[in-house]
Amino acid sequence: MSAILEICDLAKRYPGPSGPVHALVNVSLQVNPGEFVVVQGPSGCGKSTLLLAAGGLLRPDAGTVRIAGQDPYALSPEDRAGFRAAHIGFVFQQFHLVPYLSIIDNVLAPDLALQRPDATARAAELIARFGLKDRQHHLPGQLSVGERQRTALARALLNRPQLLLADEPTGNLDRDNGVLVLDALAEFARAGGAVLLATHDIAAAGRAGRTVHLLAGGVREHDRKEPA
Amino acid sequence: MNLLHLILREVGYRPLNFMLGVVSVAVAVACLVSELTVLKRYDLRTDGIIAARSAETQSRMAGLEDDYRKLTLKMGFNVLILPKDQNLGDLYANDFAAKSMPEEYAARLAGSRVATINHILPILQQKVKWPERERTILLMGVRGEVYMQDAKQKQLMGPVASGTMLIGHELAVNLKLKGGDDVVLMGRKFTVAQVNPERGNKDDITVWINLAEAQALLAKPGQINAIMALDCTCDTIDRLGKIRAEIARILPDTQVIEFASQAVARAEARQRAASEAAAAMAQEKTVRAKLRAEKEAFAAVLIPVALLGAAIWIGLLAFSNVRERALEIGILRALGLRSRQVLLMFLSRALVTGFAGAVLGFAVGVLATLPAMPALQLPWLPLVLLAAPALAALASWLPALIATQQDPADILRKE
Repeated sequence: MSAILEICDLAKRYPGPSGPVHALVNVSLQVNPGEFVVVQGPSGCGKSTLLLAAGGLLRPDAGTVRIAGQDPYALSPEDRAGFRAAHIGFVFQQFHLVPYLSIIDNVLAPDLALQRPDATARAAELIARFGLKDRQHHLPGQLSVGERQRTALARALLNRPQLLLADEPTGNLDRDNGVLVLDALAEFARAGGAVLLATHDIAAAGRAGRTVHLLAGGVREHDRKEPA
Repeated sequence: MNLLHLILREVGYRPLNFMLGVVSVAVAVACLVSELTVLKRYDLRTDGIIAARSAETQSRMAGLEDDYRKLTLKMGFNVLILPKDQNLGDLYANDFAAKSMPEEYAARLAGSRVATINHILPILQQKVKWPERERTILLMGVRGEVYMQDAKQKQLMGPVASGTMLIGHELAVNLKLKGGDDVVLMGRKFTVAQVNPERGNKDDITVWINLAEAQALLAKPGQINAIMALDCTCDTIDRLGKIRAEIARILPDTQVIEFASQAVARAEARQRAASEAAAAMAQEKTVRAKLRAEKEAFAAVLIPVALLGAAIWIGLLAFSNVRERALEIGILRALGLRSRQVLLMFLSRALVTGFAGAVLGFAVGVLATLPAMPALQLPWLPLVLLAAPALAALASWLPALIATQQDPADILRKE
């Protein structure tokens, strides 16, 4: 089985006031189809940097990233954007919904890049699936945080991505909404997708098939278990 | 969903930024439209005034014509009494009568107290060579008026003192003569008493001397070749016929022709009136052209300043919009929006702002110049509706480029 996400010897450093800060040091990671991988580590260990680099948004200083067998950084910025839209879904802790778009429009936002003919039907399906049908014409500001994160999840799934990158998606949610989101991620993995979830949440880590501990920029250990 | 939908939603979400942009474009467009309308209105008014003046002049000229017709019914006219055997063809060809008649005829005519003649002036006129100056001149001997109907009347031509001469303008210029100069004419000394002003006829080459001296110089003692009967009046239609009959009765061996008649005077007066009217119209046109140039100069400053101000303001608003939407740009870029789509998003927003501003500005410009509505130039509308969005897009170009250069990873990481 070929991996959906392959990260090899990834390194990234940021300029700092007292010299460069090494966010990632020789990180290697592979996420296969159907796999739900959690990245854990203390704040500042490079979890978000890893997700951004894995998502084709942050070019690493060294190492390679391959998504579905293709190196996104070998593409032009415009092609990389299209590649992102087609292959990757993002879920953020702060939801990052567009404040002036209704829920249905937020879910449809990734379609601006691809303009697929079935996008509206797919959005309606996702909205119904996440229990947002009655709220689809509301603005994000009129929704609860759980509804907002469900909207963000629906948006991430619109283009049927192969890889879902989630950065602390349950960090702002109550337990029930957290479970709902984790269920959705697990279901996505069960359907053949690959999930890379960065979180401090112990419960979230418990749902993963594998946990990667990221310590001071490098991968220190992998815990494997059967997915919940 | 498409970009336009997203833009309109954003505009609705941040109406202040959008409205400020629209108002700045509207102000510039309103200035443009109102200035152009005012200028056009001014041109129309100028055309109207000139047309009215022209019509008024035509009307006044027609009235003048009628007035002259009525006035000249009782206006004096001039006749020339010539020897009966004088060939008129020769007279017209040579500008003088070769035949002569006794000077006494003038006294006889005066003595008859012809009611239709107001002034009687005997002359002896001949084209001669001025041997000392080698010039051909018209020499005219005059003795002043021998008769005036009324003592209160102003003498039309006085006598020329013996030993003096009056000379025409062209002769004076050509021979470099002026008043007080001493000259010799056909062996006789004269002093130039006066140089007549330019008249544009044969008077300009005429030398007037005393009649007796002229008779002596021309070897025609006691002779004259014409009597000018001036300012004749007659209350009948065939006034020349009546005066001819009267004079024939007194001086049977003479003939009478009309000269320098009122028709000429009337034509000259009409010409003068027409040229004065044309001058007045030209002056009006000059004044209005000057005023228009001033208005145009004002517009030439106001419009570019308004356009530049609007462009700068829109640019600043676009910068503000880009800064405010940094996270949103980062999210959309993460979701796969290409940088050219981000550029298009901001430029389209500027186009919408420019279009809305153009419509509002055009309406305001029209309302501001409502009294000038007939001058409203609707052909300007398409140009304004195209130019204003183009200006707004141009002003937003740099902020839009900056938006495309923002690093989504950097934005999302900071969030």
